[in-house]
Amino acid sequence: MSGDIAKHPGLNLGPGHGKDDAAAEGLMFGFWVFMMSDAILFGMVFATYLTSLSATAGGPVASQLYDLTSTFVETLLLLSSSFTFGMASLAMKYRHRQRRLVAWLLVTLLLGLAFIGVELHDFASMAAKGGVPTRSGFLSAFFDLVPLHGLHVAAGCLWMIALLVQLARYGVDTKAKLGIMRLALFWHFLDIIWIGIFSVVYLPGCMHAVG
Amino acid sequence: MLAHPFGRLSLQALPFWDMLQHPSKGVVINGIIATGAASMVVLGGIVTVALISRYRLWRVLWSQWLTSPDHKKIGIMYVVLAFVMLIRALLEALLMRAQQAYGLGGGFLSPDHFAQLFSTHGTIMIFFMAMPFLTGVINYVMPLQIGARDVSFPVLNSISLALTAAGAALVMISLVLGTFSTGGWFGYPPYTEASFSPGVGPDYWIWALTLSSLGSTFTGINFAVTIYKERAPGMTLMRLPLFTWTALCTSILMIFAMPPLTVATAQLALDRYLGFHFFTNDLGGNMMHFANMFWLFGHPEVYILILPAFGVYSETISTFSGKALFGYRSLVVATMAIGVLSFTVWLHHFFTMGQAADLNAAFGVATMLIGIPTGVKIYDWMWTMFRGRIRFSVPMIYAMGFMLLFVLGGLSGVLLADPVIDYQVHNSVFLVAHFHNVAVPGLLFGMIAAYHFWFPKAFGFRLDERWGKVSAVCWILGFMLAFFPLYALGLMGMPRRTVAYSEPAYVPLETVAFLGAILVVAALCALGVQLWVSIKHRQANRVFVGDPWDGRSLEWSISAPPPEYNFAAIPVVTDRDAFTVMKESGAGYPSVVPFDDIEVPRNSALGPVLGAAGFAMAFGLVWHIWWMVITFGTVVIAAMIVRGFARNTSRVVTAEEVRRQHQHWMDAVARAGPIARDEETTFANEGLAIPIDTGVEQ
Repeated sequence: MSGDIAKHPGLNLGPGHGKDDAAAEGLMFGFWVFMMSDAILFGMVFATYLTSLSATAGGPVASQLYDLTSTFVETLLLLSSSFTFGMASLAMKYRHRQRRLVAWLLVTLLLGLAFIGVELHDFASMAAKGGVPTRSGFLSAFFDLVPLHGLHVAAGCLWMIALLVQLARYGVDTKAKLGIMRLALFWHFLDIIWIGIFSVVYLPGCMHAVG
Repeated sequence: MLAHPFGRLSLQALPFWDMLQHPSKGVVINGIIATGAASMVVLGGIVTVALISRYRLWRVLWSQWLTSPDHKKIGIMYVVLAFVMLIRALLEALLMRAQQAYGLGGGFLSPDHFAQLFSTHGTIMIFFMAMPFLTGVINYVMPLQIGARDVSFPVLNSISLALTAAGAALVMISLVLGTFSTGGWFGYPPYTEASFSPGVGPDYWIWALTLSSLGSTFTGINFAVTIYKERAPGMTLMRLPLFTWTALCTSILMIFAMPPLTVATAQLALDRYLGFHFFTNDLGGNMMHFANMFWLFGHPEVYILILPAFGVYSETISTFSGKALFGYRSLVVATMAIGVLSFTVWLHHFFTMGQAADLNAAFGVATMLIGIPTGVKIYDWMWTMFRGRIRFSVPMIYAMGFMLLFVLGGLSGVLLADPVIDYQVHNSVFLVAHFHNVAVPGLLFGMIAAYHFWFPKAFGFRLDERWGKVSAVCWILGFMLAFFPLYALGLMGMPRRTVAYSEPAYVPLETVAFLGAILVVAALCALGVQLWVSIKHRQANRVFVGDPWDGRSLEWSISAPPPEYNFAAIPVVTDRDAFTVMKESGAGYPSVVPFDDIEVPRNSALGPVLGAAGFAMAFGLVWHIWWMVITFGTVVIAAMIVRGFARNTSRVVTAEEVRRQHQHWMDAVARAGPIARDEETTFANEGLAIPIDTGVEQ
């Protein structure tokens, strides 16, 4: 179909990138559709969590387990990583220089890994307080939802490493560009999911402790 | 991990082990049947391997088929898989009907064996017969109908196929090693939890479904993107052939309906493997989560299955009536309306499981609403036939059988949609009669009709008409004999999934149903004979020119079989029924087109590698062979990363080669004698039609 009007939503490459811009169209649209499917996956797991809130079976409850400070740090880490990925995308679109792009991607990767580290620490401290998934339906649902997001972030980090190696080997060619664009979508999508987790899981969970 | 290198896999997993240990009469009979089935799988495997080696076809199989990203070849492989699985699931159905016919006071199968039969029958028919069949047909036909060179993501397409095949292989190997689930095709917990079903059965079920549902999700994405992005110039949405519309709707449903299944089976796996409490009876588990999620998938799934069949009927009824489809716009709207409504009715699968009456009422009303767009379709098809010159070729016979029988099945569905009636007949064989009454004449007849309709396009020769008719009549009559008695039996109170009963009044009707099952198996045999006869006469039946039925959409405008790039030059579409319009204006066979270099995707081993590794991983998970899970899990991840580094992923078919192939076809067109419609089932049919408006026979 014709080029100009049917652009995918998001940060397009633009005519400066010639053929790469055209190649992006079907692929990026496909990735948007894939994420719709992934969003349903998260939707189901959110629904399981919300309908399992009272299924604590005499085990520890949210307010005893969640640590708002630590999850706020995670939020900051992940949101900053989205910002740095945005900078990487802009570097790719407007400055056809690899160095800046790679630098921003590396910062993003470090933030992502830090997020995973803090999250794992969180899980460990929950487990120390008896908050393990085998304890109750509520905890099963928690450990389905939050680690599923964490697993997505880990997959994103692995993908980013693979892309960085590709950049080192082939430079910023079509396929690497398209890979970075898709990873960017994925990364921002995980941000949105995290905002959902923070507002639906952690904030209400800790509110009860106050109230 | 090293202490048990084969996990819980031991000699006890063999189907005849129990029989040798405890040789009582009942155990021996079941052991023989299970061993016989296992031997058929092993023997089938050995014979296939031997034949491929004998004719030195391994290289061809690998380079021409398994690694091919060509949507046409992938489509054919899907349909082959569907037929193989159909044979198994149909034989299981025959065995179940035999058991119930002799079920007064016992029968010959053990309850456990019977439960495996209905579980595998349902699982296979839905996930490994119906889904591959419709995916295969859409794969073959849809890109041709929209004037595309391939689907948007050809390698992903091959991965989808490999994942589906891996799931099917897992179900097949469960016949040889261990037992399949006894929890039915929807595997309700808590029965399928580790506390009640500690064996490997539910694990086989979980991983087979997981593999195939991942494949279907990717398929849905691939098809939808293809239809949105790869249409030929002028092929606006409202000019799409109706089959492509139904393919689009089915793809959308796949995108949104497969994830709930993935979540439900994954959560069941977490319960079984890691001791989570999603659906257990204790510690806050709640099986209603599973019921909701499973049917949130399961009901749209029903329409994933039926809509492509509706599309096929739309094409065949229009083609064999020699008329444009009546009410095209209303058919499109009805299709999309069904797609939307399909997400609003899932609760009717468990009216009796404890929700409030007003909730049941709301879902009952929503369910009945679906009858309206479906009714619109039936009327549209009837009006399409009205005053047409109808040819009763095989796809048309299926269409007629479908229209009569599907209306009955739909009406019994409207009955079941009323919660009050549902309370009376739920879990009885009335329900079994209902869903077979929509699934068999709807989906299965539709797919077999599609097989007859597009076979000449795929292989370049027609299927034998006479054996096709024999088979069609056997299917229709066999279906009626097998399932109409079940309505009566259901009203008499016979529960579904009954291995044995003590009510003598059931016997006559069960016997009739058994005869029906035999007739259905005969229909399948007739299809086999038909294929044999057709291959024998393939020279006489050749339709290389490509248009044996005076077709209306673009897939008929190219040679049969089509070249790998489909269209020498991408066609320009000016109206609905694009090819009919071209033929009428005398532009059906342009001898000179602008020839250009065509880029086609290179073969990729990624699909087969992911399929094999996925299978091995699933097998390791079933039998708790952890080293296998880790090894092949690593292979999966590594394969995807390595693929990311592939740069040289396409090759070029030169303009000269395209011109040569086009000329070869043009020569055939010039040599062929155009035929009128009453000759289309004779050897005179070389695939060149006299357009119906100017036909001398008119």
